[in-house]
Amino acid sequence: MTTPTTPILDSKCPSGPMSERWSKHRFELKLVNPANKRKFHVLVVGTGLAGASAAASLAELGYRVTVLCIHDTPRRAHSIAAQGGINAAKNYPNDGDSVRRLFYDTVKGGDYRARESNVHRLAEVSTSIIDQCVAQGVPFAREYGGLLDNRSFGGAQVSRTFYARGQTGQQLLLGAYQSMMRHVGLGKVTLLPRREMLDLVLVDGIARGVIARELTTGAVERYAADAVLLATGGYGNVFFLSTNAKFSNTTAIWRAHKRGALFGNPCFTQIHPTCIPVSGSYQSKLTLMSESLRNDGRVWVPKHKGDRRSPDQIPEDERDYYLERIYPSFGNLVPRDIASRRAKEMADLGRGVGESGMAVYLDFRDAIARDGAPRIRERYGNLFQMYERITADDPYKVPMRIYPAVHYTMGGLWVDYNLESTIPGLFVLGEANFSDHGANRLGASALMQGLADGYFVIPSTIGAHFAGRKLGAVTTDHPSFAAAERDVQGRLGKLLSIDGRRSADDFHRELGLVMWNHCGMARNEKGLKSALGTIRGLRAQFWENLRVLGTGEELNRELEKAGRVADFIELAELMVIDAEHRRESCGGHFREESQTPEGEALRDDASYAYVAAWQHASDGPAMGWNLHREPLTFEEVKLTQRSYK
Amino acid sequence: MSGGHDNHGGLNLTLHVWRQKNCEAEGHFETYALHGISEHCSFLEMLDQLNEQLLSEGREPVAFDHDCREGICGSCSLVINGQAHGPDRETATCQLHMRRFHDGQTIYVEPFRAQAFPIVRDLVCDRSAFDRIIARGGFVSVNTGSPQDANAILIPKEAADLAMDAAACIGCGACVAACPNAAAMLFVGAKISHLSLLPQGQPERRRRVLAMVEQMDKEGFGNCGNIYECEAACPKGISVENIARLNKEYLGASLTARPASEAAGGF
Repeated sequence: MTTPTTPILDSKCPSGPMSERWSKHRFELKLVNPANKRKFHVLVVGTGLAGASAAASLAELGYRVTVLCIHDTPRRAHSIAAQGGINAAKNYPNDGDSVRRLFYDTVKGGDYRARESNVHRLAEVSTSIIDQCVAQGVPFAREYGGLLDNRSFGGAQVSRTFYARGQTGQQLLLGAYQSMMRHVGLGKVTLLPRREMLDLVLVDGIARGVIARELTTGAVERYAADAVLLATGGYGNVFFLSTNAKFSNTTAIWRAHKRGALFGNPCFTQIHPTCIPVSGSYQSKLTLMSESLRNDGRVWVPKHKGDRRSPDQIPEDERDYYLERIYPSFGNLVPRDIASRRAKEMADLGRGVGESGMAVYLDFRDAIARDGAPRIRERYGNLFQMYERITADDPYKVPMRIYPAVHYTMGGLWVDYNLESTIPGLFVLGEANFSDHGANRLGASALMQGLADGYFVIPSTIGAHFAGRKLGAVTTDHPSFAAAERDVQGRLGKLLSIDGRRSADDFHRELGLVMWNHCGMARNEKGLKSALGTIRGLRAQFWENLRVLGTGEELNRELEKAGRVADFIELAELMVIDAEHRRESCGGHFREESQTPEGEALRDDASYAYVAAWQHASDGPAMGWNLHREPLTFEEVKLTQRSYK
Repeated sequence: MSGGHDNHGGLNLTLHVWRQKNCEAEGHFETYALHGISEHCSFLEMLDQLNEQLLSEGREPVAFDHDCREGICGSCSLVINGQAHGPDRETATCQLHMRRFHDGQTIYVEPFRAQAFPIVRDLVCDRSAFDRIIARGGFVSVNTGSPQDANAILIPKEAADLAMDAAACIGCGACVAACPNAAAMLFVGAKISHLSLLPQGQPERRRRVLAMVEQMDKEGFGNCGNIYECEAACPKGISVENIARLNKEYLGASLTARPASEAAGGF
């Protein structure tokens, strides 16, 4: 199934003092003469924070930019749903923050499975992101004196998170969207909505375009370019139930993977601790409650197993505020992976709450008594309202019930320091790449990374591709486009012709359950091995028993879903193989075989301090991959067992 | 109540759903019976179940736009029993739950309707007119990398809060669907307010409002008739004060500026 090989991947990380690497690298990168920039055509796939910010910034530099957007408008990209905030090392509150501290927190929070050079760059540009967004008119929260307000967030002991009520992602996305639309208006960006990328086109080994489907007419289209940027988000929907939006899928990066791009750390999944619990079999997605709620809410369960009393009937001394008890210094603000695992532990011990017992309380009683309901409403009003809509419970009166849910994927296409994948000319930005969060992402860092990649990294690094390689003229008449289009048409035709009994959603639900049970919050060898067999069987069934009605020449949501589920099933196989091969626990990857006596994740740095980058080798009943390892070296941050006690 | 669990039995419903093959085709209502729908599922999850049922009967599922299903992406575009986003105040369709309906109820489901929002298929409509309005002026022209330190711009909390109230718009278009004139003035007013209330929006204040209104008219949206249906339908509670501000800004800019096409075409 897998053949271990060990060619060293070149991460192209600069050397020298950590704090000077990014400026040194930028100086050493080749520049593209302003008059030549307009000769280069960049294709951006995806219009979330990373894609929209990249499109706007590249257009400003003078490149010709074409943008493919899966929605009817770029403003609907899933970045819009991020609630809590965005980190930046501004140290405005004077509480001891610095670029070095944000760097250190991120490397440590990622459980030492991220590249130091990348993380340092992220921390460095974080401050410019806030400047940029404020200049665009992003209405961040302010203090009465007119200065920006900050709050603290899970995994950090300083207040470095900037926010716009509970809608930070929305406001940052609208800022990037509006900047991009300015260039659409000026004719520098061509925006193509309702397009789904279905394949990547390589010419002479270099990414030169994509095949996309126009979703309202079904037309299969060819787009040629001099560079392709994938900013298509994460693949958490492999679990079917996740906090991701329904469109969020893996197809763009999976098709690129099958054309040769290596996939980094596919099993690194973030399970977010504060989501609204599952309530029924009809459930189509899970809703996140921002973890900023953990600033004021206290997490607890009854001390006694099977205590079914309503929360107001459980006296103080019979409540177990378990995060405060186990982690006195971080309390309710421990990183996400730890908070999630402890919630699962409480449920497994029979101390969970709600009818299913698969929930814990997040209680605002003490915060309301301390600060008053109006202050709490100001901070979290829209979240409380959202919670009440879904559950019909009023969190001002009754503690919220929360439970972990899949939220983010740290894994993604492997990229070097320039954000370039192993396919020359193919760049991957934001959640779609594997790079900066290691095995666990800190809260309020996804927005930071998406915008860092789009506004500040890619505009510098893409020049190395244009200035450093000879790119011949390529049009969509090239035989590679015809061949890729034939593959796409073949796949669509096959999906339409199976004429079986089961819907794409039905297969997707089954896949999700297998992944949640065996490749979710806790993983072990036996479970992973059984999941591998189940997934392969499911893939065979899918291609025999799928039902898609209608044709390919129209808006056909079932056909769209079927294509995405087909790719999710293949990805699931790789995730399980990756999870099985990494016989250590780190961050969100918890192997039950590898834990400390206190039940914390136990890393094995001697064996696994590397990025696992998988190369697709073969299809068939069991797919094949070759493993490449990028060793991780830590020069600045000392490898220690994470402790939040 | 504290719960969030299946009630047994569930709701039996009669749905009249707008079906339309494509933009050119003629549309019509089709009637479907649904049984045993949990009162705790969302309206869209009810439609998911309808689609599973249709698929199993060999009939084509109903197309509708949706994505985040948590009320923020603005994809939902349904008119439910005559109301954009249905009966609940400040609630997008995806946040509407079936506990709001009763057993035996008849529900009509239609797409947002406006000349400027052509129907793509069934319940899906084309709202790209909004993008074209934003592209004319709904931004602050700042290039990446040039700004000053974020705290160099002082903004009174009251102004920031008011700007945020307007910026909360999710661009769903319910305001247009609810308006008898199919006006987009709440949408445009919200963006004009967001940017004109902040110091960052001042340099382009006049040209912005002239250009956006010009595009709004070009797209075929109507004018405000002070009926306030837009505010009532808005899932984010965007206030009609923003329309007043739009009128004020537009009047001020019209009296002092060059023609919109000239001013906005600018550099």
